[in-house]
Parts: sequence; C-alpha cells; structure tokens
Amino acid sequence: MDAILFFLFATLTVICAINMVLQRHPISSALSLIGVMGSLAVLYLLLGGEFIAMAQLIVYSGAIMVLFLFVIMLLNSGAEPKRNRHKILLFLGAPLLVILLGLVGYFIQTQIPANEMVKFGSWESGPGKPAFGSPQNVGMSLFTSYLLPFEITSVLILIAILGAIVLARKEID
Amino acid sequence: MLPLPPGVPTAVPVTYYLILSAILFVIGGAGFLYRKNIITVFMSIELMLNAVNLSFVAFAYKFNKADGHIYSFFVMVVAAAEAAVGLAIILTVFKNRQTLEIDDVDSMKL
Repeated sequence: MDAILFFLFATLTVICAINMVLQRHPISSALSLIGVMGSLAVLYLLLGGEFIAMAQLIVYSGAIMVLFLFVIMLLNSGAEPKRNRHKILLFLGAPLLVILLGLVGYFIQTQIPANEMVKFGSWESGPGKPAFGSPQNVGMSLFTSYLLPFEITSVLILIAILGAIVLARKEID
Repeated sequence: MLPLPPGVPTAVPVTYYLILSAILFVIGGAGFLYRKNIITVFMSIELMLNAVNLSFVAFAYKFNKADGHIYSFFVMVVAAAEAAVGLAIILTVFKNRQTLEIDDVDSMKL
C-alpha cells in the first residue's frame, strides 16, 4: 500500500513539474507548481513528517503560491513569446543536467543502503524506533536546540517585510 | 489494508525518495535555464527548494531524527521571505521597464 501511494504521488509530482516547465503561460505554471507542492505534502506524510506536511500545505501551496498568483494577475502577464537567442545554452544545459542527475543517482545507489523500507506512520513511536515527526517532537527540538536560529528567523522576516514594502511602494513626490 | 497481488512491492526504500528529489531538482534547474519569463524562473527556484526539502525529510526518516524536519521548516520560512522580496523586485522591474522577459532586462541602468 505504501509503495502504491509512493509511486502514484511520485508520478504526479514529476508530471506536474514537467508541465510547469513546459507551459508557456505563467498561470498554468503556477497551478502545476501547486500540484507539485500538494503531492510533496503527501510524500512528507508517508515519510512520517506530520508537522512538515501540514506546514508545506499551509505555507507553500497556501501562502507563497497565492502571492505568485497575485503578482501574475497584477502584472497581467501573458504567454511567453517563442525566442531562441541562446543556442549554446540549449546544447550545453541539457547534457550537463543529465550528467548531474546521473552522478547524483549513482552516488545515492552506491552510498546509501537500499534495504531500509519506509513504513507509513512513523510519527508514532514503535518498538526500537523513536517518534520524530509529530508536532510535539518538532516543537520540542525547535524550542530547545534550535532556539537561536528560530529567533534569528524572526529578524529575517521583519527585514523581508520592510524590504518588500520599500521596493513595492509608490513613489510620492 | 487491501490485499495486494503477488509481485507488487509493499514498501519502497528511502533511496527512491532521494532519487525523486534529484529528478525534481534537475527539472527545476532546466526550468531555470530555459524559461525566459521572470516569474516562471522564480517558480523554478521554488521547485528546486522543494526538491531539497524532500531530501531533508527523507534523511530525517533514515536517521530517525527531527533535525531534518527543522531544516526543512527553516527552508520554508526563508523561501517565504525570499518570495516576498523577489516578487516586490519583479513588480519594480515591471514598473520601470514594462517587460517580464529576462532577455530584455540586461542592463543595470535604464
């Protein structure tokens, strides 16, 4: 059952991602990206990330993609015109990306043993396996060992808010 | 639980998740290289961030620790901040040049 869910949502993720790159209109790309993020949330849940799956749904497909859609509609962005000005990119980029994928796949296959199977529901502690993905565990870790990075993040967000307001405001003479 | 026909695997190893993450990263990189619309390029960057997040969560499963989830959470927060500032920059570029093609935005001065 876990394998069927994994293959279903992995295929959905890859199809949505390829569709995102191939679509010429930004709105279609954004909707495909929402599909990628939703399927990734399911994969996180399969991996036992109860908290991170919900955060993915709320933060990514909720907040960030709505921001993208707002900007696309605000700028009234149409379909991208067909242009091929960079021939070298076309012939150099794809082989390099395929080489990157091959190398990463090779290292994953050789370095990481493939005998450990992913069992659904690992946010509950089982025999010989501590729970780690529940909101309780993540919160405990976040507010003890990672307290300083958490506090610094709040400053980062404050700076981002100020920067966005300064960049996007109207010039007043 | 549904009864499965024989030969169908019941579970997959962690490496499959890592390979899926690599595939998504490469698709995001291809979008970054080949697309010409600023917003689509920006969405490709978000796709690459998501691919790395999947790697973090897969390794968190492998090592039975919540640390990977925390890193993933921080990546999400930084991505939200980045999206806010980046889209504000795109708005400013569009206001000044009336275009969203990255090939037309090739000089720092107007």
